[in-house]
Amino acid sequence: MDKNLKKYWRTNLRYLAILLSVWLVVSYGCGILFADQLNQFQLGGFPLGFWFAQQGAIYVFVILIFVYVRLMNKLDKAYDVDEKE
Amino acid sequence: MDTQIWTYVIVGVTFLIYIGVAIWAKAGSTKEFYVAGGGVHPIANGMATAADWMSAASFLSMAGLISFMGFGGAQYLMGWTGGYVLLALLLAPYLRKFGKFTVPDFIGDRYYSKQARLVALICALFVSFTYVVGQMKGVGVAFARFLDVDYTTGVLIGIGIVFFYAVLGGMKGITYTQVAQFCVLIFAFTVPAVFISFQMTGNPIPQMGFGGTTKGGAYLLETLNELSVELGFAKYTEVNKGNLTNMFFITAALMFGTAGLPHVIVRFFTVPKVKDARISAGWALLFIAILYTTAPAVAAFARTNLINTMSERAYNDVPEWFTNWENTGLLGFEDKNGDGRIQYVADAEKNELTIDRDIIVLANPEIAKLPAWVVALVVAGGLAAALSTAAGLLLVISTSISHDLLKKYLKPDISEKGELKAARISIAVAVVAAGLAGLNPPGFVAEVVALAFGLAASSFFPAIILGIFDKKMNKEGAITGMVVGVLFTTCYIFYFKPQLGGGGTPDGYWFGISPEGIGTLGMLINFVVALVVSRFTRPTPQAIKELVEMIRYPRMYD
Repeated sequence: MDKNLKKYWRTNLRYLAILLSVWLVVSYGCGILFADQLNQFQLGGFPLGFWFAQQGAIYVFVILIFVYVRLMNKLDKAYDVDEKE
Repeated sequence: MDTQIWTYVIVGVTFLIYIGVAIWAKAGSTKEFYVAGGGVHPIANGMATAADWMSAASFLSMAGLISFMGFGGAQYLMGWTGGYVLLALLLAPYLRKFGKFTVPDFIGDRYYSKQARLVALICALFVSFTYVVGQMKGVGVAFARFLDVDYTTGVLIGIGIVFFYAVLGGMKGITYTQVAQFCVLIFAFTVPAVFISFQMTGNPIPQMGFGGTTKGGAYLLETLNELSVELGFAKYTEVNKGNLTNMFFITAALMFGTAGLPHVIVRFFTVPKVKDARISAGWALLFIAILYTTAPAVAAFARTNLINTMSERAYNDVPEWFTNWENTGLLGFEDKNGDGRIQYVADAEKNELTIDRDIIVLANPEIAKLPAWVVALVVAGGLAAALSTAAGLLLVISTSISHDLLKKYLKPDISEKGELKAARISIAVAVVAAGLAGLNPPGFVAEVVALAFGLAASSFFPAIILGIFDKKMNKEGAITGMVVGVLFTTCYIFYFKPQLGGGGTPDGYWFGISPEGIGTLGMLINFVVALVVSRFTRPTPQAIKELVEMIRYPRMYD
């Protein structure tokens, strides 16, 4: 197996680990398990935990995918595995 | 013009658009019929995926549910969006690279086994069929309330429309109709929300107005909390601490279930490249997020409005919409203390107002006194949501039959033309069958939807993930995992759902997990069983390891 390809796959797995940790923390952490503690703080008219659960987590989800797309497109090019036109 | 005429006009125009699009996008080959030729633009696919995904439940029921649940409603909001992160990062690009037509295709090839394909096929059929019956019911209800036709006629009109464009256009017709349906439904959902947000908070963006202040200068959510407490309800934004484990499991079951639903996954087979599959998931979630971040705002506005307009109001002074909904039986008033006023309170003994949660979205524009055309628009939006999801599901059903069962299992030597014909016939049969089931929906439709998500999470999700990320996963492991996961989830749901004939009571829930959340546990069991079994059975053949390698890279060097 080509060493380069192995490295590409490992980098991909590292990206996934980082992005999915963020995914886990905002939704299950801020939005559920720690929502009550976060509710002591206000974000405008929102209690913070409530905002994460009903708004913030969803915004973060969208951002995560677009960050992933950017990272992977760069990675594909760097390792010359991107699809040619 | 009154609401009824507006509704006929707007619904009629949208239906004409769908039919026009379908004629323009007729499918000529099986590849066009199954995956729209594989040439759909990522943004168009994003819109189609969003329409495919957002069903009658998202459009009509979700905001109402949240309105009565407060904070806890977040399980639907996060659960039905968070799965797209998993789809984009863990499934879509690899399945696109694999490049076949269906989920059973992947399971069958990756696990080099006809049995595995058959297990996947049965799960796909079951999940899609239970789901589609619910959509047909949504169509019937929307027609019955607003177009003054009876429920049966409503379902029949729905069948007719879907039949036309699904049979003719296959995935190609469905994709482009879904793009149109997305535009209709998102417009229909946001317009009333913008009006109401502006009316109540002075801010036209619902996502911001929701956290803004009302005319008195107090924060809307604070006012709502106070009103709720006054009437004996819990604070709207308060976390229900006793229920956190269950909320965690339900959210997870919905997320992993989303990522395992065949009609969603198959959408990523329709774009030209791996790169497109990734970005297309991003567009899909962005489009879905528009509705999903507006819905909780609508929920809070509706709740506040409802309490303000109804509480302590004299019954002979109620607005016209109240009487209209009362006639449908979805809203009820019983003057228990005989004072002629409506008491809406948490205490069931004293409460005099009963409200079906499903009417919140439909009644909201009327409660806020918006013009008649807005009400009509909401009806067209609800129909678009139900029809687009139904079409996507019906396609999965027909593909499963003509491709996975007929071509790959029973009659491998069938010609391209024969397979296309079989696909058209099976989608026609599926449409009619779903319609008939929708005419006499079993009373437990809502319950089986929980089952659909549980099954998708506990069957497909682990099998696909392991197939991509674990080269050592073999057919023995994957099949045992799927079967054990599905059996566990099904038994638990049947046992604890009295509507399905089970004898269990909530006291018996394992770790307090209700049937809606048990798919998460089923999924974990599937993962563990698959990993253990695969390590003690025959290793994966070399050719399969190479297939997995191929899937992992968008392009191997030559």
